[in-house]
Amino acid sequence: MTKFGAMANRYWPTLVLFAFLLASWQAAVTFGNIREYLLPAPLSVWNALWHGDTAWWPHLWTTTFEIIGAFLMAAVVGVALGVAIAWSPVLANALVPFLVFVNTLPKVAIAPLFLIWMGYGIFPNMLMGALIGFFPVVINTAVGLSQVEPDMLDLGRVFNAPKWKIFVKIRIPNALPYILSALKITATAAVVGAIVGEFVASQRGLGYVIVTTQSSMNTSVAFAALVWISVVGLLLYGAVVLLAHLWAPWAEGVD
Amino acid sequence: MAKGLIDLDRVGMTYQAASGPVEALAGISASIGAGEFVSLVGPSGCGKSTLLRIVAGLRPATTGTITVAGRAVTQPIPDIGMVFQAPILLKWRSILENVLLPAELAGKDPRSLRSRAEQLLEMAGLGGFGTKLPRELSGGMQQRAALCRALLLDPPLLLMDEPFGALDAMTRDDMALELLRIWGEKDVAREARKTVLFVTHSIPEAVFLSDRVIVMSARPGRIAADLRIDLPRPRTVELRATEAFGKLNLEIFRALTGKTSMGTAF
Repeated sequence: MTKFGAMANRYWPTLVLFAFLLASWQAAVTFGNIREYLLPAPLSVWNALWHGDTAWWPHLWTTTFEIIGAFLMAAVVGVALGVAIAWSPVLANALVPFLVFVNTLPKVAIAPLFLIWMGYGIFPNMLMGALIGFFPVVINTAVGLSQVEPDMLDLGRVFNAPKWKIFVKIRIPNALPYILSALKITATAAVVGAIVGEFVASQRGLGYVIVTTQSSMNTSVAFAALVWISVVGLLLYGAVVLLAHLWAPWAEGVD
Repeated sequence: MAKGLIDLDRVGMTYQAASGPVEALAGISASIGAGEFVSLVGPSGCGKSTLLRIVAGLRPATTGTITVAGRAVTQPIPDIGMVFQAPILLKWRSILENVLLPAELAGKDPRSLRSRAEQLLEMAGLGGFGTKLPRELSGGMQQRAALCRALLLDPPLLLMDEPFGALDAMTRDDMALELLRIWGEKDVAREARKTVLFVTHSIPEAVFLSDRVIVMSARPGRIAADLRIDLPRPRTVELRATEAFGKLNLEIFRALTGKTSMGTAF
């Protein structure tokens, strides 16, 4: 079977279900007399996406930028903290309780403080996304770095290999699938964080669009914004899956 | 005491468990000559794997002294090759890159050892598999690759910890023959062969491979018997069917269990 054929074979149930849900939705709104401001029909959402008054591009760009920034920050800081924890027991003892504390805080509750400290802007929203998404990266990095077979470490000791070399040649590649697996969670968390940030304080972005539709009851625009958010979220998630496929093909099917 | 390549003098090892100190090894004295193939057999938990790691300098002995090639062992010694029960190949590296790992860990240029690594793979019957990933190989082939890795830096001493323990019986017997061939049973002069210290659960495996079998008792591990295996080399499959082979098996079984009959154990 061709690759396309195999994919069609695998995904047709998804597509059929999706089409069925859309059609039912449209039918329910059209024939069920549901008011547009409560639940807009799929066609109205389509119109809001392409033919409405909203200029999507600046909002889409702002939110995408925030999400990617949040994702990268969470990835870099998360990996760095994970390496620090796995490298030194002293650092682990110092950092872990603090990180657990930060993780238990409901990050949404901090968002208004960000507004006070940093005002409106892209950066605080990025930071919110990073704050929500970094923790799994820290934990998975630290776990992946330490889940090395003791016999392999003995092999390193026999050859008197320095600690950094064991990290570079054995521990870090070993942790890669773990890190990539955490980044899938981070990809979703970055989206949540960016939108939450925009809800609290923003002048632009898809979250901002949703907040403004509340007062105007322009529900189809809110739905259109949701479509854009899920497109960005899915693309980022897909990029991470692709990255995992390219960087750690040996770990395929691990998670 | 005779000077061998490895000299153990009243080696003891006690470790702290949650329930208190546990004596794992007690009063182990032995001398192993260069080029000798020596197996350690004993029941589970008799400390034979621990003893192997003590010889490698990977674990400290609590009492006694260990000397390898005339030097007291106080830290890991570099002139050894180690093979463990699991092949522990790095999943992300090709077989060839795995075999070259010791060079990198020891700070040597892996490029200079590339042709040696390829030769070793060829010798182990893995000629065409250098570029494959470990998961593409069977368990037996992976363990051969692990053996090549252990041999890369041409160590005079090979420490093997139940290397065939995870393989099925037929592969296991094949691997025993392979090991003897690679060790140079046929084509290398006795003195020039590597010294091998081989830990196993299997009495027939120990008899088949070894010049000498050291039998250890249950915890604390002590030497219960030290038997010379005077079977002709090169060892062949037919040897397993001879009376001499059977007698040695029985002798070791008795030393191991203190029983005079094999009963239903075989």
